Amino acid sequence: MTTDPRAMRWEFLEKMLLIRRFEEAVGRFGADKDFPGHYHLYIGQEATGVGAMAALGEKDRIASTHRNHGHVLARGADPMAALAEILGRDAGLNRGRGGTIHLCDPDLGFLQTSGVVGSVVGLATGGGYACKMLGDGTLTAAFFGDGALEEGIAFECLNIAALWKLPVIFICENNSADAWGMAKGGYPTLVHASNDLRSIPGSMGIEAIRVEGIDPFAVYDAVSTAAARCRAGEGPLFIETMTRRWAGSAPLWPELATGITDIGMATGRTAIGDGPHRDWYETNDPVLRLARELAAEGAEALARVEQIDRQVRDIIETAAQRALASPFPAVETAADYVFAN
Amino acid sequence: MSRRQTYAAAFVDALLDSMDEDRTVSLIGSAPLGLGPERHLTNQLRDRHPNRVMDPPTAEGGVASVGAGAAMAGVRPFVDLLTGSFVYLAWTQIVNEAANGFYMSGGKLPVPVTYHCLEGVRGAGAPQHSQSPHAMLWNAPGIEIVMPAMASDVYGLIRTAIQSPNPTMVFSHAKILGVESAVSDERAPLPFGKADIKRKGRDVTIVALSIGVHHALEAAELLAQQGIDAEVVDPRTLVPFDEEAVLASVEKTGRLVVVDEMPLRCSSASEIAATVAEKGFQHLKAPVQRVTRPDVPVPFSPPLEQALTPDAEQIVCAVRRITAEA
Ligand SMILES: Cc1ncc(C[n+]2csc(CCOP(=O)(O)OP(=O)(O)O)c2C)c(N)n1
Ligand SMILES: [Mg+2]
Repeated sequence: MTTDPRAMRWEFLEKMLLIRRFEEAVGRFGADKDFPGHYHLYIGQEATGVGAMAALGEKDRIASTHRNHGHVLARGADPMAALAEILGRDAGLNRGRGGTIHLCDPDLGFLQTSGVVGSVVGLATGGGYACKMLGDGTLTAAFFGDGALEEGIAFECLNIAALWKLPVIFICENNSADAWGMAKGGYPTLVHASNDLRSIPGSMGIEAIRVEGIDPFAVYDAVSTAAARCRAGEGPLFIETMTRRWAGSAPLWPELATGITDIGMATGRTAIGDGPHRDWYETNDPVLRLARELAAEGAEALARVEQIDRQVRDIIETAAQRALASPFPAVETAADYVFAN
Repeated sequence: MSRRQTYAAAFVDALLDSMDEDRTVSLIGSAPLGLGPERHLTNQLRDRHPNRVMDPPTAEGGVASVGAGAAMAGVRPFVDLLTGSFVYLAWTQIVNEAANGFYMSGGKLPVPVTYHCLEGVRGAGAPQHSQSPHAMLWNAPGIEIVMPAMASDVYGLIRTAIQSPNPTMVFSHAKILGVESAVSDERAPLPFGKADIKRKGRDVTIVALSIGVHHALEAAELLAQQGIDAEVVDPRTLVPFDEEAVLASVEKTGRLVVVDEMPLRCSSASEIAATVAEKGFQHLKAPVQRVTRPDVPVPFSPPLEQALTPDAEQIVCAVRRITAEA
């Protein structure tokens, strides 16, 4: 990863687009019933995962949640293995044992990807404990949703992390704006008496800041600063990344509500019409936002945006075909991995 | 008169009637019927009793405590803990607080709270959304355990659970909510500790719980084609447990298969088998068979999940193993 800010923008665009096209493939698989069960897409939050991962070191640890696809891809996991996992195939990242909710690549530093809301806050605190004990200057980054702060474990472990000055960056992806919530028949969203989540870590002396979650540079800067302070032994920090909820994850079951992303809406080749998703296309979609900013630099940049999109689509298309064609695990192996040898 | 109703519809009727009858009954939980098409049925509760349906934060330990504490203070909350796997987040509140309350107070403090969850291999739940805590809970004295299998059971059992002076946990299997069955128009609370003979038979007793009852009935039909007449006994509640009915059936048939969608060790099937071994050994003509999951987490991958989950075919095989020589 480069640290030249101009070059970085292109890397960010490529990774964010990769996640977007990946999630669109998952959305299609889901709609076609290529895999069963509930799932969660990272659309709308790509800038957070990509910006944050770019600021972490190779040996740092990461813990993620049910909304993990963007995290593993941003960290560099193989899209084919990730898709195969979502389809329950043997070539999957986790041999089909975990599925969409538990994509986990320990080779890239991932601790458990837990579907138990709040759990990540605790597991990442444990990761920070290990980093401190190993004394190798590493830290653990926790990615979790706003809902995690409704669970008791979050309070217990923020307290422990603060008391023991553990090197943990708590990244709370607050996607509650525009959500419907369970009471209205939609996907669950924040039910909290605290109207400023920063006050929760704040009350334990953990410095907490808020950044725009659709701006990968804002996230990158915040996580870089936090990482430096963690490594200097200052203890945990908390970053709340704010995104509007993508319309496709407002209902209980995800749907590709805004269609397959048309990069023309960033390059100016496609007009954005009036309609319910106008704000999304014009302002809130982090992928279009960055692509638009880059394409505005001139004809060459515009062509490069289009070329990156084509490349990424190819990568995902190939990965999707290979994943779909790959076999399920053999039934005789069902009891493998209950215990390590 | 009788008509057909889904499990989910009977579940909601029980809550409606309980709330109508007793103004201290309330629901803490936004979606006790989960993520499937039946979930909208609970809107009836919201419409009729808007002030007695509470939308909690994601805080299983919290709502379980609130339920126990509120029950100690004289009201009757029905607390939904969502997926069975999340009951573990509320374990101390249920097992150490609610279940101990009456005993520890020397019989002075009843805790009439009802808990509910959707447990079991729901399909693609992977290891963390497929758990069934009912057998573990059976090892915690002081809490009644209810395992309804059908619309006709769930209505009366939930009515009784809410009226009970004791803490009660109702386990609904996530896969049976949409299953229709016959219900009578005159419905009433059903007594706990009374097994229901879901099918009469002479050759073998199949004791099954919750979704296992559906598998057992399907197995019984297949066995009938092979000339084996199976009796299907549904205990309906684990606590209290109707030993008499199970022993009477085994006395008649001489053979026992127990079905429980749990890992084998310390499953409810193990406890029921032990009870019959201890008190009905003289009736047994063949070893008891347990049909359960193996001691393996539930994998996401559909063919693996299917291979590890008990079904009618596995029950038929178990019956054949002990009736082969008959
Ligand atoms: C302990 C627990 N309770 C309930 C759930 C059901 N559940 C799945 S996702 C979700 C909402 C999580 O919201 P948030 O943490 O903000 O993440 P988001 O999905 O919004 O990214 C809930 C309640 C769960 N997975 N774990
Ligand atoms: Mg959220």
